[in-house]
Amino acid sequence: MGTKQKKRKKFSKDQWLAIGFLTPSIVLIIIFVYGFISWTGYVSLSNWNTIVPDFSFAGLKNYLFLFSDFRFQSDLRNMLFFTILFIGAVILLGLCLAILLDKKIKGESFFRNIFLFPMALSFVVTGVVWQWLLNPSTGVNNFLKTFGIEPLWYTDTNILAGFQWGQIEFGVPVAIISIVIASAWQMTGFALAMYLAGLRGIPEELREAARMDGASELQIYRKIILPQLRPITASVVIMMAHISLKIFDLIYAMTGPGANFVTDVPGLYMFETTFRGNYYAHGAAIAIVMLLAVAIFIVPYLWNNRRADS
Amino acid sequence: MTTTSHYFARLLKYFILIVLALFFLMPIYVILVTSLKPLDEISLSQMWALPTSIDFSSYVRAFEELGPNFLNSFYLAIPATLLSALLGAMNGYVLSKWKFKGSETLFTFILFGMFIPYQSILIPLIQFLDTIGLYNSIWGLIFVHVIYGLPITTLMFRNFYANIPDEMLESARIDGAGFLGIFRHIILPLSITGFVVVAIWQFTNIWNEFLFAVTITQSDQQPVMVALQNLSGSQIVQWNVQMAGAFIAALPTLLVYMILGKYFVRGLLAGSVKG
Repeated sequence: MGTKQKKRKKFSKDQWLAIGFLTPSIVLIIIFVYGFISWTGYVSLSNWNTIVPDFSFAGLKNYLFLFSDFRFQSDLRNMLFFTILFIGAVILLGLCLAILLDKKIKGESFFRNIFLFPMALSFVVTGVVWQWLLNPSTGVNNFLKTFGIEPLWYTDTNILAGFQWGQIEFGVPVAIISIVIASAWQMTGFALAMYLAGLRGIPEELREAARMDGASELQIYRKIILPQLRPITASVVIMMAHISLKIFDLIYAMTGPGANFVTDVPGLYMFETTFRGNYYAHGAAIAIVMLLAVAIFIVPYLWNNRRADS
Repeated sequence: MTTTSHYFARLLKYFILIVLALFFLMPIYVILVTSLKPLDEISLSQMWALPTSIDFSSYVRAFEELGPNFLNSFYLAIPATLLSALLGAMNGYVLSKWKFKGSETLFTFILFGMFIPYQSILIPLIQFLDTIGLYNSIWGLIFVHVIYGLPITTLMFRNFYANIPDEMLESARIDGAGFLGIFRHIILPLSITGFVVVAIWQFTNIWNEFLFAVTITQSDQQPVMVALQNLSGSQIVQWNVQMAGAFIAALPTLLVYMILGKYFVRGLLAGSVKG
C-alpha cells in the first residue's frame, strides 16, 4: 500500500487504521442515536396519531396536549418524587452498608454478596416478586398485621401533602413508596459497591492522623471520609437518576399505571400510547420530554468529566 | 472508649447487618418457598409457610411456558455480547492509545448514547427494522443490542486499556509493530480480564432487558423476560408457577453472578463514568 503517498499524507497508515477501527461505531451512533432522536423529535411535531403515518406539521400541539393531560401531569409528579425518594434511599442505605462493611466485619463478603445479588436480576423479575410481597391482602402485611398496621402499598391512592395544581393533586403519591422499596432493593448494591471501593481508596494514614489529633470516629466520618466520597456520590446520583427518570419495566411488571395513575410514569405512558394506542406523535413527544429530563443531569456531568483534549 | 460500649457497638452493627440481610433475602425466600409447594398448599394466607413436602411441578409447568423463550434469550444474549464486546475493544483501543485532537469530545459524544431513554429512539428504530426485514426477529434484537451496547463497552474497554502502560506500546513500536500488530500481540492478550468483565456485564444487561424485547418481538420470538411478564400478567396462571418462572428466568444471570461476582462488581465500577 502506497509507500510513495506516505510523505505527502497528513495521516500515517496507522492513523488511517485507527480511524477505520472507529468509523463503523461512529456511523452507527450518529444514525441510531442522534439521527433517530432527531426523527423522534420530528414525529413529535407531526399529526401521526393513528396507525397510518402522517407527517404533516402539527407544531407544538402534541406537547400542549400532554402538558394539560391529567395522565401526563400525574406522570411528571410521580417521576419527580420517585426519582428523589429512590436516589435518597439508595444513597442512604448504600452508604450506611458500606460504612458498616468497611470496618473489618466477620463475614464481610457474605453480607456484600447478599446486598449485591439483586443487581444481577431483571427489573421484570423484581417487579413480579415485589408485586406479591407488597400485595396488601397477602405479602408482608401477613406480618405487619400482627402489629396492627396494614398499609395499602401500591394500591393506595392517597397523595401526601397534596394540593390542587393543574389537573392533578400535587404531592407524594403513597403508592410510589412501594416502587421505591422494590427498586431500592434492586439498586442499593450499586451504591454499596461504589462507596466500598471509595472507602477502600482512602488512605488509612488519613484516619490515623485525625485519631492522633483526638478526633472521634463520628468526626472522622463527617470531616474526612464523607467529603472524600463526594465524587462517588455524584456518580451514584447520575447513574441512579438516569435509571429512575426512564423507568418502565419494573412498574410495568409490578403495578401498571395504577388507579388514578398513582404509579404511572412517562416511560409507561409512552409505551402504552404508542404501541397499544397508535398515538405515535404523543408517544414521541413523551419520549422527547424524557430525553430532556435525563439530559439536564447527564450533559453537564459528561461535559465536566471529559478529559481535556490533547 | 470502654470495652463494654465497644462490645455493644459491635453487636449493634451485626444486628443491623443481619436485619438488612434478611430484608434482602426475603424475595428469594418467597420465590423458593412458593415455587416448591405442592398445589394443594398454595393459598395466599399460607404464603410465608414452609412447604410440607417438596414438589417440582410448578417448575415443570413454568418451563413448559418459558422454555422456548429461555432459549431465545441465549440466542440473543450470546452473539450480541460477543459482537458488542469486540467493537467496544476496538473503540476503546483507539480512544485510549491512539488519541487524536477531538477524540475526547468524540468519546463523550459516543458515551451520551448510554444514558438516553430508549423510548426516544424507539419509533424510528421499529420503522427501520421493519424496512430492512428484521422486525420481530432475534437478529433484529441482536442488532439493536450491539448498537446501543457500544457506548458502555467502549467506556469499559477505554478505562481498562488506560491502565496498560504506554511504555509497553512504545517498545513494541520501536520493534516495528504497527497499529494492528500492537492490538493483536499486546492489547488483545492483555484484554482477557477486560473481555470477561465486559461480557458478564453485557450478558446480564441483555438477558434482563425488557423495553426493546417487548416492542421488537412477538410471541415465539420473544426473550424470556417478556414471556415471564406475560405469564405473570395472565390471570389463569397460578402464582406458584409465576414464582417458579421468575426463578428460572433469573437463574442464568444469578449463576453468572455467583460464579464470577468479582468481575461483575468490576464491571459495575468500570461502567460508572469517571473522567
